[in-house]
Amino acid sequence: MLDTTAPAKTTPAMQSRAKRVRRGGFAASVPRAAISTFSLICVLAIWEFFGRNVNPIFASHPSAIFKEGIAMVIDGEIFHALLQSLQPLATGYFLAAAVGIPLGLLIGRYRWAEAGLGVYITAGYATPLVALIPLFILWFGLGFAVKVAIVSVLAVFPIAINTWAGAKGVPRTLIELGRTFVGSEFQIMTKIVIPSTLPYIMVGLKLAVGRSIIAIVVAEFFTLLTGLGGIILKAGDSFDTARMFVPVMVLMTLGITLTWLVGWLEHKVAPWQRELSDQEH
Amino acid sequence: MPATTEKLALTFGIPKVRVRDLAKEYYVGPGHRMQVVHALNGVSFDVEEGEFVALTGRSGCGKTTSLRIVLGLEEQTSGAVEIAGREVNGCGYDRGMVFQHAELLPWRTAIENVEFGLELKGVNKSERRRIAIRMLDFVGLAQSADRRPYQLSGGMKQRVGLARALTTDPEVLLMDEPFGALDAQIREEMQTELIKIHEKTLKTVIFVTHDLDEAVLLSDRVLVFSPHGQIHEDVSINIPRPRSDPIAIRGSDEFQKKRYHIWRLLKMTDDPAKAALV
Repeated sequence: MLDTTAPAKTTPAMQSRAKRVRRGGFAASVPRAAISTFSLICVLAIWEFFGRNVNPIFASHPSAIFKEGIAMVIDGEIFHALLQSLQPLATGYFLAAAVGIPLGLLIGRYRWAEAGLGVYITAGYATPLVALIPLFILWFGLGFAVKVAIVSVLAVFPIAINTWAGAKGVPRTLIELGRTFVGSEFQIMTKIVIPSTLPYIMVGLKLAVGRSIIAIVVAEFFTLLTGLGGIILKAGDSFDTARMFVPVMVLMTLGITLTWLVGWLEHKVAPWQRELSDQEH
Repeated sequence: MPATTEKLALTFGIPKVRVRDLAKEYYVGPGHRMQVVHALNGVSFDVEEGEFVALTGRSGCGKTTSLRIVLGLEEQTSGAVEIAGREVNGCGYDRGMVFQHAELLPWRTAIENVEFGLELKGVNKSERRRIAIRMLDFVGLAQSADRRPYQLSGGMKQRVGLARALTTDPEVLLMDEPFGALDAQIREEMQTELIKIHEKTLKTVIFVTHDLDEAVLLSDRVLVFSPHGQIHEDVSINIPRPRSDPIAIRGSDEFQKKRYHIWRLLKMTDDPAKAALV
């Protein structure tokens, strides 16, 4: 830590650091994207080199995965699987949002709801819910419904818990502002609590993306082998490691894309948040 | 001109704001050794139509609590508040509030914030936009209508807060240390502006402050609270209106005399022994 109260006295170390900064240095002048790309190329090259020298049953390498991926794109298998996974994923995700957001608002806004329901949300968030999958299979069978159920149960808790935190954190004075103008409970909820909570809701939705993707893959492992999860497990069982990596790459891309999409949406619906964090309110 | 108090009282017979024997108790601490705190111990005062009254005193003396009870955000343990003869419980459009930190909604532009009260009141969109534009212009912020709160300075935020409070045309304007967080120069600007606005609108104002200069400069009367939640003295400030020259007022004998008087009162209520020395 720098001691800002100390008198300005330059030490040799500071002088040499200042010189380095002035000269710029090699690392400082290269754009970030170039460094990232270089790093990626290095890792892929190392993987390619060592991957080729390992028994293809135990590992694969980038070029083999790429070749397999092209083949699966051409015969349409990967798109078919993606669509099969996306349907329950989207249904479960939206169901989780439709339940989790109102639930979080209710618990964050009303003391009785927090006392009565908060404990279940906390417990649900902490419990490894994949452990309940056998039970879900008993209830919902092995088809579409069970996948939707698994996705929504895993996604609902991060959404609810973040919305809860946001609604609870609405400044008391803003609620008082609403009361000053004789606002109804409904007006206070829609015009003060919800807009104020939006950034937290978006954080919950972002976390839920990752959880949903884990949920759908696990659901496909445990139930009917369909979708991307199905390909992974079947390829794994037949020691086709290169083929196994293709859906993994697709899932990774899907996760990054969806998270980015929610982030973009966040900036659209709550643009003041970023500006607020730039300066102390 | 304003504050011909006696004449108005004769005309209507009832003050704009009448506060009678307010007491406020609340409990603190854990269950088994809960303690009663007496925030207010019988606060009574009247405010006449068009009058500007400041409440001042040390922190925790009950000035803000009194204001919040008049506003209706807090409930008194006993006592009554009447606005123009009507006993009030809870908030109403007859009172407008300017908060200490403006309390603008960060997702709304300045004009949308000014509209907020009318929106809750159920005024239709074109009407409330029309009023909001007029009010924003009135506080000198017509140019900044589309800025968001983070793009406004502290003084501008308070102007927006003031415009918002005025939109519903309240009978009484309540202000809770609205300039306390501003730096000295802006604060003086805002004080001058508020004097003008008060003298133009003839609103009845109750203004909480711990800044003695501010209290004397703005008010017709200053209610000095003792630390025990009571009004120690009701000091009238006989500086004529319009108060168009704050610099001259600050230099006037009346200003100096009343400021010193109130300062001494505060010292005295704080610690009588110390007051004997000054």
